Amino acid sequence: MNRAVVIASAVLYLALLFFIAWFAERLLKRKSVNLTQHPTIYALSLAVYCTAWTYYGSVGRAAKGGIEFLTVYIGPTLTCILFYPLLLKMLRISRRERINSIADFVAARYGKNFTLGIIVTLCCVMGIIPYIALQLKAVSSSYLILTHQHAMPGPGDTYKDTTLYVVLLLGLFIMLFGTRRIDVSEKHAGLVSAVAFESVVKLVAFLAAGIFVTWGVFDGFADIFSQAAAQQQLARLFTISGDGGYGKWLVMLLLPMFAMVLLPRQFQIAVVENTDESHLRKASWQFPLYLFLINIFVLPIALAGLLVFQGGTDPDSFVLALPLHFRQSWLGLFVFIGGFSAATGMIIVETMALAIMMSNHLLIPLLLSVKQLRPRQQAGISRQILFTRRFSIVLVLGLAFFYDLFVAASFSLVSIGLISMAAVAQFAPAVVGGLFWKQASKNAAIAGIVTGFLVWLFTLVVPTLTDTGLLPASIRSAGLFGLSFLRPDALLGLQLPDLLTHSFFWSILLNSGVYISVSLFSRLSEQEKIQAAVFVNILRDQPGTVWRGTAAMKDLKVLLHNFLGSDRANNLLQAYAQRHQIDMNKDNADPRVVLFTERILSGVIGSASARLLVRSVTKDEQIQVEAVLNIAKESQQVLELNKELKKKSVELTKASELLQHANEQLRHMDVLKDEFLYTVTHELRTPLTSIRALSEIIHDNPDMEDDMRQHYLASIVRETERLTHLISSVLNLERYESGRQKLHIESVHLNKLLQDVVASVQPLATENQVQLSYHSPDTMYVLQCDEDLIRQVVYNLVSNALKFVPPGRGRVNLRLHHGYDEVQIWVEDNGKGIEPGLHELIFDKFFQARNQTLKKPEGSGLGLAISRRIIEMHSGRIWVESKPGEGAKFVVALPFS
Amino acid sequence: MKKILVVDDDPYILMSLEFLMKKNGYEVMIARNGEEALDAVEKLHPDLVLLDIMMPDVDGYAICRHIKSSKKLSDIIVVFLSAKTKEADVKKGYDLGAALYISKPFSTRDLMKSVKELLQPTQS
Repeated sequence: MNRAVVIASAVLYLALLFFIAWFAERLLKRKSVNLTQHPTIYALSLAVYCTAWTYYGSVGRAAKGGIEFLTVYIGPTLTCILFYPLLLKMLRISRRERINSIADFVAARYGKNFTLGIIVTLCCVMGIIPYIALQLKAVSSSYLILTHQHAMPGPGDTYKDTTLYVVLLLGLFIMLFGTRRIDVSEKHAGLVSAVAFESVVKLVAFLAAGIFVTWGVFDGFADIFSQAAAQQQLARLFTISGDGGYGKWLVMLLLPMFAMVLLPRQFQIAVVENTDESHLRKASWQFPLYLFLINIFVLPIALAGLLVFQGGTDPDSFVLALPLHFRQSWLGLFVFIGGFSAATGMIIVETMALAIMMSNHLLIPLLLSVKQLRPRQQAGISRQILFTRRFSIVLVLGLAFFYDLFVAASFSLVSIGLISMAAVAQFAPAVVGGLFWKQASKNAAIAGIVTGFLVWLFTLVVPTLTDTGLLPASIRSAGLFGLSFLRPDALLGLQLPDLLTHSFFWSILLNSGVYISVSLFSRLSEQEKIQAAVFVNILRDQPGTVWRGTAAMKDLKVLLHNFLGSDRANNLLQAYAQRHQIDMNKDNADPRVVLFTERILSGVIGSASARLLVRSVTKDEQIQVEAVLNIAKESQQVLELNKELKKKSVELTKASELLQHANEQLRHMDVLKDEFLYTVTHELRTPLTSIRALSEIIHDNPDMEDDMRQHYLASIVRETERLTHLISSVLNLERYESGRQKLHIESVHLNKLLQDVVASVQPLATENQVQLSYHSPDTMYVLQCDEDLIRQVVYNLVSNALKFVPPGRGRVNLRLHHGYDEVQIWVEDNGKGIEPGLHELIFDKFFQARNQTLKKPEGSGLGLAISRRIIEMHSGRIWVESKPGEGAKFVVALPFS
Repeated sequence: MKKILVVDDDPYILMSLEFLMKKNGYEVMIARNGEEALDAVEKLHPDLVLLDIMMPDVDGYAICRHIKSSKKLSDIIVVFLSAKTKEADVKKGYDLGAALYISKPFSTRDLMKSVKELLQPTQS
């Protein structure tokens, strides 16, 4: 096929990737639609697991080992299904701790250890650069096959240029969509969307090839299998061959299981880029389904290739070679694009993941430790971090490119994928152990990983190098330094069927062994304890609730002491421990105690500050209790200020309430005053009307009879008196109410006072034909009071009674009664009585005036109000007892003292 | 001869009004409270009522309402004489159909002039 067409297609395809990534980012920015929030996109992006190595290589493996190739896919499938809780745990931890790579994860678990981050990063770089190179090689060789250049061209030839261009374009892509933000725990929506798209492309392309071979070249599955079965050396491919043994099977199963989460790109996609935990659940069937689909035609294609080419072509290229062999160049192009997408997807994610690790764990620490390079401003830092990350991308791609260019040419790359997986599998003990075992220590993780990695290097990489002559072959045959137990393919003389199994067995065995034994003998630092608790307990932590991590008991105690005083803090803790049967003597506080502490502190300084404080003891790196206490002291000062402010504000509120109340009272009094004035003037109008009318009549009628004139004049005089009485009443009342009236307290002889009153009203009673009676008791009542005022009250009551009884048969009786600690003056009448509902109201000013039905022709309407006021001034009481129709009894009660 | 009913619970006011109306040649009837007033209105059908508002039993407003709502009585001219001087009270009086609302204390001359005017049209 024409090279230009192939290259143009590849470039167009990359352009499409750019567009998709750009579109996804734009959608997110403009419309807040996040494509990666769809669970299927997540599952598809996970399929970045299927690289060009699987795309081409699994057919090759199937052609050699039969259905054994499937184990590489059964592993991840099992991981998805069986290790759901483990993955969930990693997701939660990574979100909470803002973890952004596998190196970060391991380092964070072991007390945020610096060295571990570097070690993991170095292992990844060494183990995975060849893997990236393999992808480049897959691109270039598929390109060669497609363009019929089977010969291996030397450096500088066009196909290498093509690889270079691919590398450059991919580098640009990763920089554009992978380094948009400095915070790497931010998601890359565009990049992930593009990767998901690539997964679709490679699946469809592979299926297309499979369908073409199965039904286009042959007559369906049955045809291929029966034809293959007819040839003896092909028939063995249908069964699991015995020569690898179950050990090999197990390794081939376990390796991909680890790789599924430990490979930097898988960790990046599965954990860092995950937007929603629930996606994991869906992916746990969608991703295996994807693997099933992409593998369904592997065996048919392998068998078809063997049948068609009869050993004349590399099985790794069957997928591409078969369509080309049958002159289906467009299908060939599509298959090439599929392989291209598998390769680029892997390169993009892997490079980004590695670049993040390199910049964060190697370059940035280096940058910050070199004084001259340290930027002075914040903006400078972020620019430098971005630059470092981009530089790392260039470095990773450059290393892969040169590895492909110089190293790859000299030896086989076939099992590079598995070798890479074996490298990252060395993190498995540290990661899995770290998730479940609190005692696991930082030193153990370092020792385990280093041991495992060295064994990996010696048993897998060294043999490859001796095979290609880069190292002396004697190492392999006679052992390192001539020591036979140090033969890379048979450590301690143990012979295993293949290098990979042998290497995996020894590396994992020694790695785990070292890890466990060092852990058992380690004393954990505070920081390690804290992180261990975070990782191990993460699922017990309910989302949305407060932090429940673990902290050192003494830190919590110090916190509580600072806020509550040591006595109270100890009491509280003791009581809590007893109630929940918690051992308080352990170094590590029970999570419940942490929660309890936070609750207690919340009560003191508010929940936000409490969380901040408790979290700072439970989580942050070596943040020391002193720093915490500074926060504590500051917040206590703020707290005190707050308290002061609160107090002031309460005072102010109170004052304003008082003012408001006073204001209301004033307003109410104002209304009352208006009402009172209106009533007074109204009351004044009636006598005035009579006076005016009568005077005018007398004036206008000089010819009036003398008797009548006399009568009219007398009426005018009476009405004038009424007016005068009213006015003086009003003035009196005003004087009593304002408190301006001073009491002239003296010893008053009550018996005599009553006698005087009776004597003074007797004429009126006689006039009204009312029987007025008073029997002075034998006891003499002498009281300290204002004689004039009390007399006025009694006079009021008696003259009122006289007015309200029917003339002729009316009776008014006056009495002195000895109460418990008071003397009572009773004024009883046989009038028509007063309704119970009015017993209180009649003491109001102008009650009569405002209640027309009770209006009486005489009286100011102020008498009872004035009486009540006077009695109250003497600390006494005045009330009425009455039933309608049965007369009324007014009682004045005056205390003896 | 025109009949005038004077309603008031104050004996001196009643006394002066009775004198004035008689002096001016009207037939005068008096009522000392609401009950008496209602009774008098029904039985004697006066041409004009001088009506106080604040009374012990039935108030002046109620009497006016009774007069104006009865077909038989609605032609009776109602003149309020009251110590209630608030605007709202005056308005209420007019709303109930009073011809005039005179505040106490009043000028006897003005009162007579008004009464004469009110009774004029039917006289001629």
